[in-house]
This record gives sequence, C-alpha cells and structure tokens, in this order.
Amino acid sequence: MKLLALLPFAALLGGCDFVVLAPAGDIAVQQRDLVLISTVLMLLIVLPVMALTVFFAWRYRQSNTAATYEPDWDHSTQLELVIWSAPLLIIVCLGALTWMGTHLLDPYRTLGRIAADRPIEGKDAPLNVEVVALDWKWLFIYPDYGVASLNELAAPIDRPIRFRITASSVMNSFYIPALAGQIYAMPGMETKLHAVANKEGSFRGFSANYSGAGFSGMHFEFKSTSAADFDKWVANAKASTNMLGRSDYLQLEKPSSNDPVRLYGTVDRDLYKAILNMCVESGKMCMSEMTDIDAKGGLGREGLNNTLPLAYDKYARRGAPLGSEPVFVAGICAIDEIKDTPTREVNAPFDMTPLRGVGLKRPPFSPAHPSSTSLLLGQRPKSDS
Amino acid sequence: MNPDILKAIFGRLSIESLPLHEPILVGTFAVVATGGLALFAIVTYFRLWTYLWREWFTTVDHKRIGIMYMILGIVMLLRGFADALMMRLQQAIAFNGSEGFLPAHHYDQVFTAHGVIMIFFVAMPLVTGLMNYVVPLQIGARDVSFPFLNNFSFWMTVGGGALVMLSLFIGEFARTGWLAYPPLSNLGYSPDVGVDYYIWGLQVAGVGTTLSGINLICTIVKLRAPGMTMMKMPVFTWTSLCTNVLIVASFPVLTVVLALLSLDRYVGTNFFTNDFGGNPMMYVNLIWIWGHPEVYILILPAFGIFSEVTSTFSGKRLFGYTSMVYATVVITILSYLVWLHHFFTMGSGASVNSFFGITTMIISIPTGAKMFNWLFTMYRGRIRFELPMMWTIAFMLTFVIGGMTGVLLAVPPADFVLHNSLFLVAHFHNVIIGGVLFGLFAGINYWFPKAFGFKLDPFWGKLSFWFWVSGFYLAFMPLYVLGLMGVTRRLRVFDDPSLQIWFILAGIGAFLVLLGIMSMLMQFAVSILKREQLRDLTGDPWNARTLEWATSSPPPDYNFAFTPVVHDTDAWWDMKRRGYQRPLTGFKPIHMPSNTGTGIILAGLATAMGFGLIWYIWWLAAVSFIALLTVAIGHTFNYHRDFHIPADQVVRAEDARTQMLAAGAKS
Repeated sequence: MKLLALLPFAALLGGCDFVVLAPAGDIAVQQRDLVLISTVLMLLIVLPVMALTVFFAWRYRQSNTAATYEPDWDHSTQLELVIWSAPLLIIVCLGALTWMGTHLLDPYRTLGRIAADRPIEGKDAPLNVEVVALDWKWLFIYPDYGVASLNELAAPIDRPIRFRITASSVMNSFYIPALAGQIYAMPGMETKLHAVANKEGSFRGFSANYSGAGFSGMHFEFKSTSAADFDKWVANAKASTNMLGRSDYLQLEKPSSNDPVRLYGTVDRDLYKAILNMCVESGKMCMSEMTDIDAKGGLGREGLNNTLPLAYDKYARRGAPLGSEPVFVAGICAIDEIKDTPTREVNAPFDMTPLRGVGLKRPPFSPAHPSSTSLLLGQRPKSDS
Repeated sequence: MNPDILKAIFGRLSIESLPLHEPILVGTFAVVATGGLALFAIVTYFRLWTYLWREWFTTVDHKRIGIMYMILGIVMLLRGFADALMMRLQQAIAFNGSEGFLPAHHYDQVFTAHGVIMIFFVAMPLVTGLMNYVVPLQIGARDVSFPFLNNFSFWMTVGGGALVMLSLFIGEFARTGWLAYPPLSNLGYSPDVGVDYYIWGLQVAGVGTTLSGINLICTIVKLRAPGMTMMKMPVFTWTSLCTNVLIVASFPVLTVVLALLSLDRYVGTNFFTNDFGGNPMMYVNLIWIWGHPEVYILILPAFGIFSEVTSTFSGKRLFGYTSMVYATVVITILSYLVWLHHFFTMGSGASVNSFFGITTMIISIPTGAKMFNWLFTMYRGRIRFELPMMWTIAFMLTFVIGGMTGVLLAVPPADFVLHNSLFLVAHFHNVIIGGVLFGLFAGINYWFPKAFGFKLDPFWGKLSFWFWVSGFYLAFMPLYVLGLMGVTRRLRVFDDPSLQIWFILAGIGAFLVLLGIMSMLMQFAVSILKREQLRDLTGDPWNARTLEWATSSPPPDYNFAFTPVVHDTDAWWDMKRRGYQRPLTGFKPIHMPSNTGTGIILAGLATAMGFGLIWYIWWLAAVSFIALLTVAIGHTFNYHRDFHIPADQVVRAEDARTQMLAAGAKS
C-alpha cells in the first residue's frame, strides 16, 4: 500500500528539472559530485542509526517480555569507543574532502580545466563579465567588447568566464544553478566567480539573497551558446543604439523589477569601477581615491571638512532623526582614472602534489583516463603555463 | 492643529499608520479585538483580576513563571503559525501570472515576523519556561536564586512580544528577513518603523533572556541539594546549565549589534552603512556570532528532555551519562566556532571557509554520540510508548535527516549551490521542528502531570502527534526537493509552473500541522475537563527517576518540605530503591520570597519606552526611561521581600499529601 502511495511522487520526481543535480557547467558538476559523495558518506552512519532506532524500539517494547531487561546497565567502554569513533571516522573523511573541495572550488580560483577531460589551454582566454546587482535587476557589462546587457547574460560554451561582481545598494547573491554556485553581490565590495558552461541552452539566473520588495522579479536568462552564436549576440548588442553612461546608469539603478531584457551598444569604460567605488555621481569622491589619500597619511584635520551635503544615497534619503545633516565625501579634484583596486585571486593550475601527499609515488592503480571524480583523484593539469 | 505640535506629541504616529487599507489585517484585528474583549469580559465577570494580579502577574514562584512562559509560547505559536500558513498559501497559488493574495509589502513582513516570532517568542519562552519549571525541582531547590529577577525577565519577554504583536495593527513590521541584514535594514532602505519595531522588540525581550540566563546559572551552581555534585546532576539540568551559559555569553552580542544598528538608524553613525567606512559584513558576522549559539540554546534543553524521557520510559539508567555530559559541553564550546558557515558565499577565502566547515562537522560527532547514547538506553530496556516516548522516537528518526542535511550544508562547495535555497529552509525546520519542538512536546506531555496534578489526554495527544509528524514530513520534504531544483527562499511569485505541485503538497503538510496544533489545544481542553479521571495522586505518574517526581503533583509552593539528600545520579530512583520514607513530622516554618509587582511595572515602562523610540515620540521615551530608573531604584528600598510559611501551614499541606498518597495506594 505504502509503495503504491509513493508512485505518484516517483512520477513527480521524474518530471522535474533538478538543476542542482544535473547542471550544465563543470564547476556546478563538481559541486554536485561533492553533494552526492558527502550524502553517501553520511548515509553510512545515518541509515544504521535509523534502522537501530526502529529495531530497538520494537524489540524492547514493554509487552515483549522475552527481551532481556537490564535496568542498571549504563556503561560499556568498548561501546563508548565505537559510538564516538564511528562519527569521528566519517567526519575525518568528510573533513579531508571538504578541505580539498573548498580549495579546488574556491570561486576566486581561476579554472584549471574546461571539463573533466579537458584541461585549460592557452587559447581559452577567459571572458570577462562585470556584474552589478541593481534594485531589482541584473546588469552585465562586457569590458572586452564594450557592450552591456540588462537581465540577460550570454556566454559561449567551453570558455572560462571570469565574473567580477558588485551591487548598487543592498546585498544580493548572484546565482545561476546550472553554471556554478552562488556568491554574494555587495555594494562597495567586489566578489569574484570563475565558471564555465559546457552545454548550450538557456538557464535561469537570479538573486539568492532577499533584497527588498522587488526580489521575486529579480531574475535573468543565462544563454549558453556556441562561439559563433555568441559573436552574433555581441554584434547584435553592438548594433543597439542604447547607451550606458553615468547618467543613464543613475536612471537605471532606480528601483524597478521584472525589467525586460535590454542591450547596450555603448558603455562608459569606467562605469563598473565607478559603481564599485561608489562614485558614479559626479563630484563624489571614489573609495579608491579615499584609501589612496589615507595611505599617504590622510588630509589631517582639514580632511574632516571635506564633505558636501548629500541629497540621495542612491535613491534613498540618508540621515537620521537625531543625527547630523547627511553628507558625503566630495572629490578633491577631477580624476582621470579610477584606480582598480586589486582583489585576491587564486591562480590555477597549481601543483596538486601536496594534496596527494608530498613525495609519494602515485598509486599504480591510477586509471588510464583522468577520472571524472576529479576531487578524489585530482589529476595534475597538463599545462603548467 | 499645528503639525509641529502634532509631531511633538505623536512623533511619526498618525492615522495613516493604522493599516486600514489592508483587509487581512483589519479582519485579524477584528478577531483579536473580539477575542480580547471576550477574555476581558470573562475575567471581569468572574472577578479574576485581583486573583490574577496577586497570584500570577506578581508571582516570584518559578513554577508559576514557568507556566506563564509556556502560555506565552503557545499563544505566540498560533501567531507565528498563522504567518506560516499565509506563506504556504501565497507560494502555492502565486503561479501562472497570479500575484497570489499578499502584496510584497505584506508578504515580506509575514516571513520576517514568522522567523522572529518562532525563534524569540515561541521556542525561547517554551524552552525557558520548561527550564524555569523543572530545574529548581530537579536539583531539590525551593526556587531560583533571584526570584524577583525571574518575574522581571518573564515580563520583559512579554514586553518584547507585545511590541512585535503591536506592529501588526499600528504601523508595520520589518521587511528585511528575520536577521535584518544591513544595508537593507539601514535607514536609507528601510525608513519606516518596521525595523525599529524589530530592534526594540528584541532589545526588550533580550534583557529578559539574558537575566533569566544569569538567574538559572546561579541556581544550578549554587542551589543544588546536598550530595548532588556536578556529575550527579540530571542531564536536563546539565543541558540547561550549558544553554544558560550560551545565553549569557551570546545574547550580549545580539544586544550590542542591535544597539549599533539603532545608532546607525537614530543618530546617523556609520557602523553598517555602505560608505563612510561602514561595513555591512561586520553586522552579518556579529549577528551570527549570536545566532549560531542561539540554535544550540534551543536544542540543548531538548536533548536534555530526550535523555530524561528515554531513560524513564525505558525503565533504565541513561547509557553513558559521562559521555552525554561531555558531549553537551563540547557542543557548547564548539557552537562558538562555526558562525561563518551561515555565509560561506560572502567571499571568505577557501581556508577560512574550510575551517568553519570542518568545525561545523565536528559538532556532529558529540551529537552523534548522544544519539547512540539514547539508542543504547533503549537497548535492553522495557519501553513504554507513552506520548513523551513517541515524540522521542519521532525525534530520533527525524533529527538524523536534519543533521545529515546540516552537515551537507557545512561543506562549503555544496553550500554554494544550496545556500539560501528551500533546501536550507527545509534543513533548519527539520532540526528545529524535529528537534526543538518535538522535544518541547515530549517535555510538555512528560511534566504536565507534575505541574497540574493530572496527565494529558492520550487520545488527542496521539492525534496531535500523528498530525504533527505527518504534516511536518509533507510540508518540508517537498522543500528539500525544491531546493535541489534551485528554488531560492523568500520568493513571492513564481513563473515556472512545474514547481507548483510541490508548493501545494507543502501547503497540505502545513494544513496537517494546523490540525496537529488544534488537536493539541483540544488535548489541553479535554484533559482539563477529564482531570478527575486523569488525576495523578502519587506525584510520580511515570515511575520516573529524578527529584522533581519526589514531591507532590502539583508541588507545594515550597517544593520540598525538607531538602532531599542526593546519593546517585537518578536521585529519586535511588531513593525509591532504598525504601525512602517520607518524613511526616518535624516541619519547620519555610523562608520564602514575597510577590512583587515591580517586575511587571518595569517591563511595562520598558515597553512604553520602546514604543516611544519606535515612533520618535521622544517625550514618551524620556518619561518612561526616567520612570524606569525611579521604579528600579525605588524597589531597592522595598524591605518586604520575604516571609515565612508557618509550620502549621506546611503540616496541613504535607498531611494533604499523605492522604493523597494513601488514596493513590488504595485505588
């Protein structure tokens, strides 16, 4: 009876799109593998515990007088050793897996491979995309091509993508389940993500961190295309008459949701840096300049007066009922270029020897072909460029 | 009238602050107002106000305060669950272009309020209530160390809850999620009163929680019966001690982080702003340095309850008492080293993420050991499947699933794909409902006869059990599935029609849980009506093992006429085994603390101050603050703090118990 009742659920499961379990990008595939391996490891102990619970509850029920009853038995050193060491062993395995997986799948780390069987080669120059989470839409700037798009991200398959991510006002999380795990998008800060798509298709991307009223309408389409189609997409964007300058951006960042896709043929070269440094408004001092001044010793007491009244922090009124007049730091002089603050990046490929044990010979039973479970049997990437 | 004068008197409060345009809220208000008026009328008609004030509101008796905490928790559960039902309904119907029935402005308040209420005003009062009731009895004490403080703590918790409830009808609640991350919760992006209600509701209640933590630590450390060394304390007392240590060490962090946020909002500082050197990530770190220990604050007492219940209903000593205690202590310490796992996705380096991931996994080792200890307590026992034991078995089967998904989320790369998804939502409901709530229900069914002198009705209890358990699985297993389909949380509308069926299933599950809650309320009502049949005359209806069962049900005001002397871990079991004879003569007057209304007055003033600060009614805030100080200082000059229960009154109470025991032995 119970099994019959489960049938419709099985049918349901079959018809669903388990994008997390069947992604289209190599990073997400490896993350999926880690999810599965960890689950299996834990089931090793969880299933026996569940079975024992049911068994003991049944066996030692009050009505079963045939079962042994030892009301004062409360200690067994051997048993205690087992019940502490069994979970410990599982966690030792899982911990090792976690350490390796976390480092290998660090979103800041450049890719070492395109897919399980394809290491990175020289021609696979990454596609740079600058992502800005706005209220409540996504802006993608392609600095290599001088185009931008709203609520639509296109990328060719099998080419690494290097995302630089920031936000205009509040915290969001940039997440395309089919491509790779998420990372937060935060105002005034930059996060990074490296990923690659391996299958053509159209996938869903969205914000995975609640960001206000229009949050439900903050999603975009991720188009994973062939290289040729991507070139067409770029040409199409280039042909657009839409311009994205600083004043256009200030209009764009005002709150709205469910915005239609828009392509921009012309984009201000420094726009992303200005957004990141919170100085898109003219006359506002960039964070990079501020830190630069501070690094040189600051402006002393006079620096305290270097502020202008601020009408808007983005679109919202600042200041507090008991506080001072809202202010912002004004630019001291016109600057030609906003400094690009370098952020941490981990480069791949790196030597995997330590992961396998330094100086140890590789086990003779290593498979002839690089394994698909790269986490467990990490193959040394071919190119050491 | 001159708007300036109006502003000086009412601050931000105006007729527009009342949500008259929201039919759902107006309807709710009508129901609440009618119910409230009816309650008021009944209390007035039966002239109960004096009784309530003298015997309950001003009481310093830990047992009555414990019961009031439980009532608060159950009332707030109804509110928090109403929010849950609304969310489930909204998510089940907002498909195919439908906007559902909740606009964003309302829906975002609903999920924020649901989280805040369920954690702070349901789980916390229920846990604190049980600890308050049981711990002094378990250690053979007359009361807690600071009885007046206990009363004050309770009313502060009520005050915080009242502010949160008030936001329903005056103004609005926060629309930020239950932890109110800046910059969203800063004045720039949340200029309304919602976040202020959040801040002051939690600050007022937080004072109560912290003080009650100090109180219980003192009680456990100083007031144990002679002979009860630390390693002879009942496990529930141990877990309570660890929980209260966690409270005292972590709630100040919450207080400070909310104070910094309110400075940002009220005086324009820049702790958590985007610019001027502020850093919102600092808030996220600080709030989780409180937030992670908080979940252990909730689960540890539940673990204690399961230990007591398993041992009692298996008729067997707890297996591995020592390792149980060490496991609890290890969890207490480790719970401070894992907070970053709530935001692996914020861009910390791989080494930092791995560290916090692995410390999180290490917690599962002592937790797993506890699970095995319960298992081997059942092994070679004689298990009676009464309601507390049924909840325990349900817990053991459910919690391991939640624990497993929890460890999975502690693997940072796995967290990257599951963070903030419905998988995460399913996970923490899996451990909070399957762990904390099932534990509380086990505890309520277990200790109810102690508190009221009669057992709870098993029929409605079992009905409630099956509705709750099946409802839980039906409500949350679909969310695990949706999480694997990449659905994130806090969404209000959906455009992928294939997801709808799962939300409908989850909605049906929530409806079953509703039946479970209603059966539980029925269980209370039926048990009160059938109390004579369910009466417990012995004071020990379950043939239990710890000291609280050594006294009558309900216990007399003074708990124990003579302080018991403890020789073994299961003190009462040991006394029974050694043929303990209850003393019948030689009673002396008993020194007791006096009731006082200061606690409720102080809490009322604190709540008024919070209300003034929320609405910028500065005069109200100032007046209540000054009054608060005056009353607090004034109370230090109150010298009528204690009295003696005369010996003949003790004799009468103990004689009544003797007769009751005789009647119990006959029947």
